Amino acid sequence: MTQHTILNATHRALGAKMVDFGGWDMPLNYGSQIEEHHAVRRDAGMFDVSHMTVVDLHGAKTRAFLRHLFANNIDKLKVSGKALYSCMLNETGGVIDDLIVYFLTENFFRVVVNAATHDKDLAWIEKQAEAFDVKVTERADLSMIAVQGPNARAKVQALLSPTTREKAIKLGKFVAVDGDGLFIARTGYTGEDGYEIIVPQAQAVGLWDKLIAAGVAPAGLGARDTLRLEAGMNLYGQDMDETITPWEAGLAWTVSLDEGRDFIGRAALEKQKAAGVPRAMVGLVMDEKGVLRHGQRVVTPQGDGEILSGTFSPTLGKAIAFARVPAAASGNAEVDIRGKLVAVRLVKYPFVRDGKACAGV
Amino acid sequence: MNEIPGDLKFMKSHEWARVEDNGTVTIGISDHAQGLLGDLVYVELPAVGDEVQAGNACAVVESVKAASDVYAPISGKVMAVNSALADKPETINEDAYGEGWIYVVKPTNLAEESEELLDPDAYAELIESEEH
Repeated sequence: MTQHTILNATHRALGAKMVDFGGWDMPLNYGSQIEEHHAVRRDAGMFDVSHMTVVDLHGAKTRAFLRHLFANNIDKLKVSGKALYSCMLNETGGVIDDLIVYFLTENFFRVVVNAATHDKDLAWIEKQAEAFDVKVTERADLSMIAVQGPNARAKVQALLSPTTREKAIKLGKFVAVDGDGLFIARTGYTGEDGYEIIVPQAQAVGLWDKLIAAGVAPAGLGARDTLRLEAGMNLYGQDMDETITPWEAGLAWTVSLDEGRDFIGRAALEKQKAAGVPRAMVGLVMDEKGVLRHGQRVVTPQGDGEILSGTFSPTLGKAIAFARVPAAASGNAEVDIRGKLVAVRLVKYPFVRDGKACAGV
Repeated sequence: MNEIPGDLKFMKSHEWARVEDNGTVTIGISDHAQGLLGDLVYVELPAVGDEVQAGNACAVVESVKAASDVYAPISGKVMAVNSALADKPETINEDAYGEGWIYVVKPTNLAEESEELLDPDAYAELIESEEH
């Protein structure tokens, strides 16, 4: 059965084109995906991301549990409110999901995982949590609104009580704080500054309406996808899955091989690293007209690869993509578009940060 | 909702054809189709001089979201293409039945093939039924 967020009727009233996403009926766009994209890059836009799963972990051994569960090291989180991006791996080093974890107290950590992986994530977390006596609570009572863009923080701050506003203004990047019944995190999935706000369902529509009145543009999953790809951020299921290790998904920076920490998947990752990782994720830019798409073949002198996420970049005005190619590939390549080989450049990503094209793109 | 001009004929796959006074046929995609595709960012045009066969793919329209084939409603030789779409593919979003035309053919089997096409009322009914 298709699930609805508490904002579903609000999206429909705004004229959104709705699509199924991971079993949820979600807004694809509210008219023009490209205008929504530009609104986030240039001003402020917001996304209903209530379909994502918020999981609270309670127990004295929660930190020890997460040390074991995540490929990134939870001990990087020393201050309450601080967030960490990590992969959760299986025994063969494949990615079960990518997520954000917040350290709140030694007895309480909060994890936000993807919607499409909800069932298997919860099953995996619950199974692994048993040995640590950690209580796993899904927070289906919470909604989430991401407000992103150069003016996003100021527009949110103006709606907060003086005390909470003070806290929100001082909030560092990748840190969260409580206030006005909201959980306000300075995180996002667009490459712009902003907040991701976790809000009780009963308050979500009211908050959304206040943000609209404050001039924040509603933006759909279409814009969210072009924004995150420009920003060089992976999409689970498209850029990596359970058959792909973080080494092959451009996520080495999220793996912490710190001494003596026995996390799930570590042995497999070390083995693959020692043997040499055969494939790498790279960025592609196409200077010719056209659009790069998922599944297109990438031809390099070192062998063929494949496009994972591909799109038209509204900020750059040309096609960009992530591709998985032989690890030795670099420089130029070609992509098979409907039987025609079109030249592309292999580049370092992100493609866009803080509204501007990155060097070399 | 845009009015559908009365002089057009449609394929079920949302292409339109208009017979011009000089006997050529102009081809495009419907306003409904552009709405389904969303913001268009690329159009792959046929080449002038190509022989296109009714029912075959002869152009591609790409939105941010997806690539979609354009099928030839009418067989014939391509006489002109709308090369302005190369730089402004969004013209199809803005004016699907006018400035957003895609190409023109000199038809080879017009009478027979146009009978296979839907008139505006039948096409309006089709998209109505697709929406429910």
